[in-house]
Amino acid sequence: MAKPIELEINGKRYQVQCEPETPLLSALRDELNLTGTKYGCGEGQCGACTVLLGGTPRRSCQIPVSAAAAKPITTIEGLEKDGHLHPVQQAFLDAGAFQCAYCTSGMILSSVGFLKANPRPASAEVIQFLQGNICRCGTYPRIAEAVRQAAMTMLEAGQG
Amino acid sequence: MMNETLVTFVPEPERYEFSAEPMHHFELARRDFFKFLGAGIAVFAVAKNSVAKQETAPTHGFHQEELPEAITAWLHIGEDGTVTAFTGKVEIGQNIRTSLAQTVADELRVPFDTVRMVTADTALTPFDFGTVGSRSMPTMSPQLRRAAAAARDLLVGAAAKEWNVAAEGLTAADGKITDPATGRALRYAELARGKTLAQNLPSEDPVTPPNEWTIAGKAIPKKDACSFVTGEHKYTPDLRRPGMLYGKVLRPPSFGATLTSYDGKSTQAMSEVVIVRDGDFIGAAASNEREASKALEAIHTEWKEVPQTSSKELFSYLKQNAKAGGDDRSRRIKGSVENGLASATHHLDATYTVAFIAHAPLEPRAAVAEWSEGKLTVWTGSQRPFAVRDELADVFHLAAQNVRVIVPDTGSAYGGKHTGDAALEAARLARAAGRPVQVVWTRDEEFTWAYFRPAGVMEIKSGIAGDGTLTAWEFHNYNSGMSAIETPYVVPNQHIEFHTTQCPLRSGSYRGLAATANFFARECHMDELARAAELDPLEFRLKNLSDPRLRAVLEAAAKSFGWPRKKTQTGQGFGIAGGFEKGGYVATCAEVAVDRNSGGVRVVRITTAFECGAIVNPDGLRNQVIGANIQGLGGALFEAIEFENGRITNPRFSRYRVPRFRDVPDVEAVLLDRKDLPSAGAGETPIMGVAPAIGNAIFDAAGVRLRGLPLVPGGLPVTRS
Repeated sequence: MAKPIELEINGKRYQVQCEPETPLLSALRDELNLTGTKYGCGEGQCGACTVLLGGTPRRSCQIPVSAAAAKPITTIEGLEKDGHLHPVQQAFLDAGAFQCAYCTSGMILSSVGFLKANPRPASAEVIQFLQGNICRCGTYPRIAEAVRQAAMTMLEAGQG
Repeated sequence: MMNETLVTFVPEPERYEFSAEPMHHFELARRDFFKFLGAGIAVFAVAKNSVAKQETAPTHGFHQEELPEAITAWLHIGEDGTVTAFTGKVEIGQNIRTSLAQTVADELRVPFDTVRMVTADTALTPFDFGTVGSRSMPTMSPQLRRAAAAARDLLVGAAAKEWNVAAEGLTAADGKITDPATGRALRYAELARGKTLAQNLPSEDPVTPPNEWTIAGKAIPKKDACSFVTGEHKYTPDLRRPGMLYGKVLRPPSFGATLTSYDGKSTQAMSEVVIVRDGDFIGAAASNEREASKALEAIHTEWKEVPQTSSKELFSYLKQNAKAGGDDRSRRIKGSVENGLASATHHLDATYTVAFIAHAPLEPRAAVAEWSEGKLTVWTGSQRPFAVRDELADVFHLAAQNVRVIVPDTGSAYGGKHTGDAALEAARLARAAGRPVQVVWTRDEEFTWAYFRPAGVMEIKSGIAGDGTLTAWEFHNYNSGMSAIETPYVVPNQHIEFHTTQCPLRSGSYRGLAATANFFARECHMDELARAAELDPLEFRLKNLSDPRLRAVLEAAAKSFGWPRKKTQTGQGFGIAGGFEKGGYVATCAEVAVDRNSGGVRVVRITTAFECGAIVNPDGLRNQVIGANIQGLGGALFEAIEFENGRITNPRFSRYRVPRFRDVPDVEAVLLDRKDLPSAGAGETPIMGVAPAIGNAIFDAAGVRLRGLPLVPGGLPVTRS
């Protein structure tokens, strides 16, 4: 039965009324109208639904909402700080690292989580980590370049 | 000049560009137009040549004296100086919103940021056949440019009147009209103020030639790019309407199955769920998708299934089910192939195949439908909003002006979103629910119930003379289509024919249509002939080629790639391929690394040269070309839809492999800017050389000739010594 579940998303507390096994993705999109997180496959294969759960990139289509209650969640809507884009968002913008951009939220969240754990990644590590994110338009080289650029910006700013 | 050249692009008959009868309604009368947009200056562009007319339709609804037929675009300059351009084209990631805005800004002489594009809304934009066939640049761009030129003339005229001087000496720049004699200036906003001036476009208005462009031709970033990195942009699945329900559709167990029994008793207690059964359509709408799915699971249905062929027998099936009696539109005959073969010193017969593949756009098919007082509004990701409107009007017995289809910028399509399937489903459910309903297909539905790039069989018989000159070319394509079926090489004796067959799966447009299949067969065959003639594959092509634009891209790709190359390691191989289609010329060189022990094939490097006339946005173009090359890797190497008994057996990303980060080679795009030629589209042609270049490189590396796409879904067969 649906019972209230408390979530902490982008620093705010929310309560959702849904069954505990409801995917976090559905709770975000359909209960809370946080639609920046995208549905792409429902089997954790494309990365479009990636959010940060306790700072770690996770596929929100694979996580029951009840399991997401314990940790802070960051979605694409929560990356901007004080009216400034996150360096990863800015790097995607600067590199024009999208075509249809449907994968972009997931690419950015994956990259933010990855750079947090690996502030000085080798190119091959970026590629390896993003292997689970599909860009069907094939914008991969620009995305990899944006992530490398963001890593540099964050190191310079001491945000790594 | 630009417009005259335009007429030479005659789209060839192509069975897989879905064609619907254009409908002819436009409900926004001229008075309403200004009411909607505010006062100002409006210009209506009229299709002037046969090609444009083919893609547009007479517009009724306006009084005939107010507007002529075949309006294709319009633009409006508001009292605040805002420029709004209207086109039925759809943004699907190809960057058309930006490219067309550049065109308008360039011709109107206003800053890029002051131009707003209203796209793909059947109530606001003129009829458009669809965002298909790489037509947006060659047809829509000149029309908007002419509308902007006419608007500029109106503004010059208004300023001349204001100052009581001759219009000839006045100049337009940076959103103002200036009188060089006195230095005085009037901003467009000032000139538009208090006016409701509308003009039909003079058909011969001259436009700015590419070598004088200032905003077009520049690498301007994607319009509204910020809304995509913040998650703010609303794709169709992101729309939420007041009281909206979520819909699900019960799918038959297999293609062609018919409903024989229906028992929905157990859903009667589900008071919150709306169930619709209408013929074989069964759907549910509820406050969330899970509730809707549960309701459908509670319905007991039985279906009569029909036995069907499987992907294992696909190619023999296509040959066996070929329909007899093609007409002249499907056949090109020149000289005598028989004589050509008789005079040849070397003959080659070979058969090539391509599998069904899926578009797999990351945004699945989706729609939101809302009924209000007998009128229907649908938001949906479609390349053909007007065709979807007509489909809806037809199915629900509505006048077309009572249906409005709006296409938000969409999460890609690649030719896969020509139909209105999700729109119809959402509209049917919404009508029953009396509330807005959203339907978003699951990935499984997208892989199964969308349509596919058609599979095909290509048979080639050819002959060359002792010096490597082509003497005969017989080419048969079964099922995949006619795009780029003709050879660009000089061959005196040709028989080229397309054969329709019974097709086991629902098929439709795909980026490049059949050109990918026809390029693959032709360019691999050319490679085989080059080897038979003991000529370098590039040299052999150039020897048999007169088209200067194709020669230019082949030479540009070869130069940048460093063709011919010496192999420096075992398993290394190089391949080349080229051709033209839809006004664009492409040549691709590929390097592969083959491991004969493991069967592993890795594409190391790709260089693609592309020429599509005058480049409107080099950054957007580069993104398209590189993206197309990477997407093309999938169909070249491993993508294939598998099916059995009316079921797709690999309908998910875990079973249907698409290119991912690790598959990506070093990709280089060499862009040839021909400012003397009109701009052609670029969304499709750059994909076409990838598969044959890789196939030819694999032969070069391993001596194994692969004649089917995908080339190496399970790696190369391992040689046992």
